Amino acid sequence: MKKTKTVNQKVRSIDGKGIMMGRAAYTDDFAPKAALVIKVLRSPHAFARIKRIDKSKAEALPGVEIVLTHEDFPRNPFTRAGQGYPEPSPHDKFALDDHVRYVGDEIACVAAHDEKTAEAALKLIEVDYEVKEPVLDFEKAKGNESVIHAEESIHEMFPIGFDPEKNVAAAYHMEVDDVEKRLSESEVTIESSFYTQAQAHTALEPHTVNARIDYLNRLVIYSSTQTPFHVRRILSQALEIPLNRIRVIKPRVGGGFGGKQAIHGEMLAAMVTMKTKKPSRLTYTRKEVFEATYSRHPMRIDMRLGATKDGRITAIDCYGLSDTGAYGEHALTVFMVTGSKVLPLYNKVDAVRFHGDIVYTNRMSSGAFRGYGAVQGNYALESAIDMLAEKLGMDPLALRQKNMIAEGESSPIFEIMGEGTAGTAMNMESCKLDYCVKRGMELIGYKDKYPRQEIGKNKLRSVGMAIAMQGSGIPYIDMGAATIKLNDDGFYNLLVGATDIGQGSDTILAQIAAEELGVDVEKMVVYSSDTDLTPFDAGAYASSTTYVSGNAVWKAAKTMKERLIAEAARSLGVEPEDIEFQGTSFKNKKDDEELTLSDLSNTLFYNDDQKQLSVTESYYGTKSPPPFMAGFVEIEIDKETGEYEVIDYVSVVDCGVTINPKLAQGQIEGGVVQGLGMAMTEDVKIAANGKLITADFLNYKIPTGKDIRKLTTEFAESYEKSGPYGAKSVGEIGIDTPPAAIANAVYNALGVRIKSLPVTPEKILSALKEKNGKHHMMGMRSHDGRNL
Amino acid sequence: MKIETVVNGHKRIFDITPDELLADTLKRYDYTSVRKGCDTTSCGVCTILVDGSPVPSCAYLTARAEGKEITTVEGIAEEAERLAEHFGDEGADQCGFCNPGIALSVHALKLSRKSFTEENLRHYLVGHLCRCSGYQSQIKAIQRYLGDAK
Amino acid sequence: MKFANYHRAESIEDAYEILQKDKTNTIVGGGLWLKLSRREIDTAVDLCDLGLDTIEEDEDVIRIGAMTTLSRIEESDALRNVASGIFPRAVSFIMGVQLRNVATIGGSVMGRYGFSDCITPLLALDARLDFHERGTVPLVDFLHEKGKVTDILKAVIIEKSAAKGFFKKVQKTAHDFPILNVAIVKKEKGTRIAIGSRPSVASLAKEAMEYLEKAPTPDEVIIAETARLAKETLKYSSNHRASAEYRAHLAEVYTRRGLMEVNGLED
Repeated sequence: MKKTKTVNQKVRSIDGKGIMMGRAAYTDDFAPKAALVIKVLRSPHAFARIKRIDKSKAEALPGVEIVLTHEDFPRNPFTRAGQGYPEPSPHDKFALDDHVRYVGDEIACVAAHDEKTAEAALKLIEVDYEVKEPVLDFEKAKGNESVIHAEESIHEMFPIGFDPEKNVAAAYHMEVDDVEKRLSESEVTIESSFYTQAQAHTALEPHTVNARIDYLNRLVIYSSTQTPFHVRRILSQALEIPLNRIRVIKPRVGGGFGGKQAIHGEMLAAMVTMKTKKPSRLTYTRKEVFEATYSRHPMRIDMRLGATKDGRITAIDCYGLSDTGAYGEHALTVFMVTGSKVLPLYNKVDAVRFHGDIVYTNRMSSGAFRGYGAVQGNYALESAIDMLAEKLGMDPLALRQKNMIAEGESSPIFEIMGEGTAGTAMNMESCKLDYCVKRGMELIGYKDKYPRQEIGKNKLRSVGMAIAMQGSGIPYIDMGAATIKLNDDGFYNLLVGATDIGQGSDTILAQIAAEELGVDVEKMVVYSSDTDLTPFDAGAYASSTTYVSGNAVWKAAKTMKERLIAEAARSLGVEPEDIEFQGTSFKNKKDDEELTLSDLSNTLFYNDDQKQLSVTESYYGTKSPPPFMAGFVEIEIDKETGEYEVIDYVSVVDCGVTINPKLAQGQIEGGVVQGLGMAMTEDVKIAANGKLITADFLNYKIPTGKDIRKLTTEFAESYEKSGPYGAKSVGEIGIDTPPAAIANAVYNALGVRIKSLPVTPEKILSALKEKNGKHHMMGMRSHDGRNL
Repeated sequence: MKIETVVNGHKRIFDITPDELLADTLKRYDYTSVRKGCDTTSCGVCTILVDGSPVPSCAYLTARAEGKEITTVEGIAEEAERLAEHFGDEGADQCGFCNPGIALSVHALKLSRKSFTEENLRHYLVGHLCRCSGYQSQIKAIQRYLGDAK
Repeated sequence: MKFANYHRAESIEDAYEILQKDKTNTIVGGGLWLKLSRREIDTAVDLCDLGLDTIEEDEDVIRIGAMTTLSRIEESDALRNVASGIFPRAVSFIMGVQLRNVATIGGSVMGRYGFSDCITPLLALDARLDFHERGTVPLVDFLHEKGKVTDILKAVIIEKSAAKGFFKKVQKTAHDFPILNVAIVKKEKGTRIAIGSRPSVASLAKEAMEYLEKAPTPDEVIIAETARLAKETLKYSSNHRASAEYRAHLAEVYTRRGLMEVNGLED
């Protein structure tokens, strides 16, 4: 790799100062002061039909501008999921409907001149319900008497296994070779079921939207979204507004994690503003964020592994049941990632199968969430690998090293499984997983610490680990584009559709362009995610921005460079090949004459053959090179109470070249801690009637800075030829390993295997009691002389 | 009702309802940095200083602020900018929604002239939830900022 | 909470008078729960001008004004010297600094919240409450009372006698309500064991205390039995944070560990 000045160097984020100083940046900061305040009436029932709804009293309340119910919307089914079109998610949602399918589902909305009036008006809306029997247990959903989606016009966009009569949103099956046969022939097998919970994203900025009609009589939406272009398309289709009449602007977003990769309040704000011609704003309360947005898909995963006695893994069978909740956003694609970005880790198997159903239930919708199915699959597989290692009498690390994927190798799964469709065959051009494992062992002190050490009467310390892979965008589906525009005085605008949601993509994309064009990052002024002003980008999801959008930016910068060289040559009266490009100047190789970029651009604007230099390039992946990671955790655990603490979490990551090492580290560490939250404490809980219990930060517990004592993060030296400056993506990989690493560490400490997340002290203690009880019984039995 | 306070060194008269909370008042009077992240005083986003102490403005009665000195991050712009540089160096700034609140708590800590270990600092900031950073980079940046301040 | 009037009391008498006028009128402590309450009331009475925010000590007692913030308590040297400083320590685990800068001891006690990390150590310290009308009432008695209080708390009073203390809060994260908390105070005469967030409001483990009182010098066996009694004789319930069984188990473990600690024994 050639020496870089900006890429892979320490560069501060371009927007950190203004954000810290509290400047207007986020969606709600741009709501017009006079905007109508929207409040949403939400369902108190898990499943009901609205027999009658009367809004007259609410509308009569002084200060109320409008009240909208399902009768005010065109009846067009759509999916709220922001993903490639046609979407692999069923079109099973109406802006408002005459059925409510979870506690918190939208019934109506009020727009009023202030918040208090809007809230008062909600209480005046009269609704008569026909309460139906809800399906709350996802293991009883398929074929249940209670059918959650019986409405007529809902449909799939292409075959995804959509079978609403059976409460099935999607289904999937794939098999390589003959799994049953290979398992029956295996010398050693294990099988086990694992349960993963619903997790809440909890971005600190609540879901926010505001709308207005501009002077061109167009609808302008500001939204805290990860997918502004998808939002525009979905609004247009659902509300029957021509696409050219809508502009969607994504300002600074206060965290997304997948939670803003779907429509939230945009439909309601758009309709209020279209009908009233007045600006409107809707900011979800924290309770609404918890109760009425999305969570991670809860799953049951049945894992069966087969191996030879000497530890070659021969077969993997993975059955999954996924709970998509009331609507099917991302139902199939999340589920497929549970297989496609997990099972290839062990690519030397003779047979592998992945299959299962994604079912509807009457709880809040599941949706995209960092990790996107891979976390769930990783927890199951990487727990199962440790179980298999024990049965084989092997060190779990040695088992992994013997079987895991390596550079230059492939897996048949890549070709079979894409996201909603078939996949793309690829070889691992860059895969330093082997290094990640070895380096992680050193950093955690694995040899000395595995499996456990006593450190006092009640305390143990132990280690656990897991490996993971993710992807870099969705090949042949998701596209990113970038425009680079030269300005007088020789600075640039970089216009990208890519969506900075706090991960720092504006900064790293500026770095890529600045590197190629040989200028400081300050000379690359970034503007992103405005459907009127920036080129298209699918959005911030699927670990695609660095790789897909980054490649688009790189291409644009290269093209701009060519254009600049041509203009400089023309200006100096030489051929382009005579020009040496030096970023801020051009040198005529023949006579060393120099022309500065500033002079060239000023001339181009004002003096000679005037023109605007502006280039736009696009990129879509033809493969999705996975980042890899080995995660190691050391915990300290109380044998008597099951309480445990994380002493250190070691991450060694191969994401190719890090465009911005510190921001990449931030992606990993943020992901790891979010994964630790899922592993340890986070748990969306509903009551028997479907009402959410964990509806605030008092009851839904995410990690604080005091809970995780230390994070150790390193990057492997790696270069991905197809990536911009050798980069792969890094947004999701950090979240994948913690659940299995924690479960494995707990097992290594106390010999109890926790097969449902989160791994709580109470579950550990109860498993210990059961284990000790059994031992006690075993002791008695062996006293009787039975052979155990 | 009307109350008189000093915001960022300037006398302000706020026209409020008796049950109004300070976060809403400040937002209404265009202090954009004051944002809300929860409704249960649990996230730290809306933190401001009242007479130099960090408080959750989403749960502070505006009426009680009569005669008090209020500081929002707009009032400590230079300090915030310096802290942001350290955040930038450590890669600690991601979505930034929690940053103004943190800047104010850290500023109050600096004014208190107390010496802090990493552990104390983690305890001190426990009421500032961050979902992006994993915290470690923030803690490092803040330690550097406080170290520079000495 | 919505209210039509905000009144800054000029004296305790003034505040008391307003409270008696309308049943809905309420004292605002720190005001932290205003946002969570759906109630609509006439007048909110603020005691912030009455000088009730001081911690005063004489030879025998420490008097904590009802409007004293939790932060002041956390930083009070006087309180740190009582019973191994368990009260300021317990307070330091309550949520974040911003919240403790606003939350008051009066609000924390008068709410009789099950999740309180103040009440459990105060109960073990045998704190007394000083009311405007009723005068001094032991905290333990006040906790058993039901219904709305129309009296005004002026101060919480703690004795300064030599004692060793233990406090443990079990929580999911460092920013959480307790799953359970245990406070133990061993004075020259007698040991008090309080267990809170079961999840109901803190109680003394009376049978355990009586057993310990009658037993000879505590040793490992006696302490284990005391801890067992704390588990067996108090009522523990389940909610989404923990099951009754787990709470009872934690109560036993931490009562035992706490008693070992205050008796200078190695666990």
